[in-house]
Amino acid sequence: MTEPGTEPIRVFLVDDHALFRSGVRAELDRVAEVTVVGEAGSVDEAVAAVRHVLPDVVLLDVHMPDGGGAEVLRQLRPELPDVVFLALSVSDAAEDVIAVIRAGARGYVTKTISGRDLAEAVRRVKSGDPVFSPRLAGFVLDVFSDRPGAAPPGDPELDLLTRRERDVLRLLARGYAYKEIAGELFISVKTVETHVSSVLRKTQLSNRYELSRWASDRRLV
Amino acid sequence: MTPARPRPATPPLARLRDGRLIAGVAGGVADHLGVQVLWVRITFVLLGVTGGVGFIAYVLLWILVRQERADVVRTLPRGERQQALGLAALAVGGGLAAAALGNTAVGWIVGPLGVALVGAAVVWREADEAQRRRWTAGARFGVASGGRNAVLRVVAGAVFVAVGIAVFLLGNLQMGQLQFALLAVLATLVGVAVITVPWWLKLVRDLGEERRERIVSSERAEIAAHLHDSVLQTLALIQRQSDQPREVLRLARGQERELRHWLYGPTGYGRGAAGEPVLDSGLADAITVAAAEVEDTYAIDVRPVVVGDRQLDDGLRALVLASREAMVNTAKHAEVGEVSVYVEVEADDVHVFVRDRGIGFDPLDVPTDRHGLADSVHGRMTRHGGTVRLRSSPGEGTEVHLRMPSDGAALAEDRPNTTQEAPT
Repeated sequence: MTEPGTEPIRVFLVDDHALFRSGVRAELDRVAEVTVVGEAGSVDEAVAAVRHVLPDVVLLDVHMPDGGGAEVLRQLRPELPDVVFLALSVSDAAEDVIAVIRAGARGYVTKTISGRDLAEAVRRVKSGDPVFSPRLAGFVLDVFSDRPGAAPPGDPELDLLTRRERDVLRLLARGYAYKEIAGELFISVKTVETHVSSVLRKTQLSNRYELSRWASDRRLV
Repeated sequence: MTPARPRPATPPLARLRDGRLIAGVAGGVADHLGVQVLWVRITFVLLGVTGGVGFIAYVLLWILVRQERADVVRTLPRGERQQALGLAALAVGGGLAAAALGNTAVGWIVGPLGVALVGAAVVWREADEAQRRRWTAGARFGVASGGRNAVLRVVAGAVFVAVGIAVFLLGNLQMGQLQFALLAVLATLVGVAVITVPWWLKLVRDLGEERRERIVSSERAEIAAHLHDSVLQTLALIQRQSDQPREVLRLARGQERELRHWLYGPTGYGRGAAGEPVLDSGLADAITVAAAEVEDTYAIDVRPVVVGDRQLDDGLRALVLASREAMVNTAKHAEVGEVSVYVEVEADDVHVFVRDRGIGFDPLDVPTDRHGLADSVHGRMTRHGGTVRLRSSPGEGTEVHLRMPSDGAALAEDRPNTTQEAPT
């Protein structure tokens, strides 16, 4: 239930499957804190419509023709820094997830998520915290690991995770919620959110990902 | 998706239009092979002086190779024009001098060399991009830094060529010319073959690799066809059983798993590229299979997150079975629809966390007839030197932390132990 005085979060849907869009719309309509203010079925439509409608959060599909979610991010992020993008995809492959995070998405959820959890993720991402699914946490841990095949760290600011950040990521991968992580590590929820934001920033800016062997094998650079 | 950065392609053979001296043949050949123009010009000059082959080759290329498009602009460095003019003058002068001397002997040497060059040109034309790149890279690498073997090869080849020439010259003085001519030709060809041994080896290896790739891709096509069939089948079954939600859920989840596994592999990194060691029967795969079995049998949602991978050994096999037991335990007793599994492969050991948000229990209060967790999980782990840590409390879910050293690396303690903590 929305508290008196707060407006519902304005959400825009981008997905090339019309059936899926109507499904998500129906689910989100049941949640009072969120309203769907528009839909788009292609990259061009999305770019034009988001510029016009200026929503709070954009739910962005990853696999679309003409460049997909990453292309939408590339075109809109520079001119609309206040709009938050949450990737919503059927794929949970490392390439897709990391690519769209590095293009500027604030979080990644898979389409198997329930309506309630999706609304929660939208709320979280709107208030500035990244949404890390356990799988994304696993991928990020792998990128920043010291495993054979991982790239050596170049810039210690960007290419290394602190111990705390690593602990938080590991707990996220184990399926802990932020509150539970806070309880586990004896820190506040705000601190957990700060750590996760820092990890997101490093994932987006570090070049270690590009240099890791499996990324270059697939010519993802 | 991030687009791949394009690699520069070998330009097709075309005569230069802009920046040419006579007909742009040398420049075009140089661009195509990726070498400096000077070397190509020198080659033409040498071949032209010794028997006129160079002139013939130049004229043939002039006639047969088409000029490049008109919109390419080049700038010639200043010295290059003078250099080229000098070489051309040398060629003409040298050719006239050689003709005057009437020395057709050298033609016997140059003839087979010319044949070898034509053969190499044909092979080059037939090769595709990737092969050409590999050959030029291998050439620079092999000849420049191939070490003793390369040097020996080149020396042996040169010796053959020299012997060929010497034999011919000696023979020219007295005995039957034909015999020695043939010997000279043979020696020259053998010399060329010896020098180019690395290229032959690469050719053979390329053939083998191509065949292997073809086999792999046809295997994948078979699996894809099987997958398409099973997806269609599942969709048909779902339509038929649409009034039984549990069945529909099970069918849909099972098919989703199968398709995901084929598309993205057990860890989410997909079927590897040619060089990537995807462990088809490694730890990640084993855990995923165990999770799938539990999902199918107990109608609970299990989506494992795996970081890293490793080949299975006895200890890790026991770990997989113990993890499976922990998942089954959650399915049977936690009264919840979802369990999280997280697997982390570190340098010395492997950690598995099986966690749920179910009803939990007091570990100190387990009735003695409920042996499941104790025997199968603890027993399995400790027999191979691993540890188990269990955390649970009523109403707050359960987490089982399994740890197994890999490759027989021993734990710090002398004897394996298990600890049960009461949560704080």
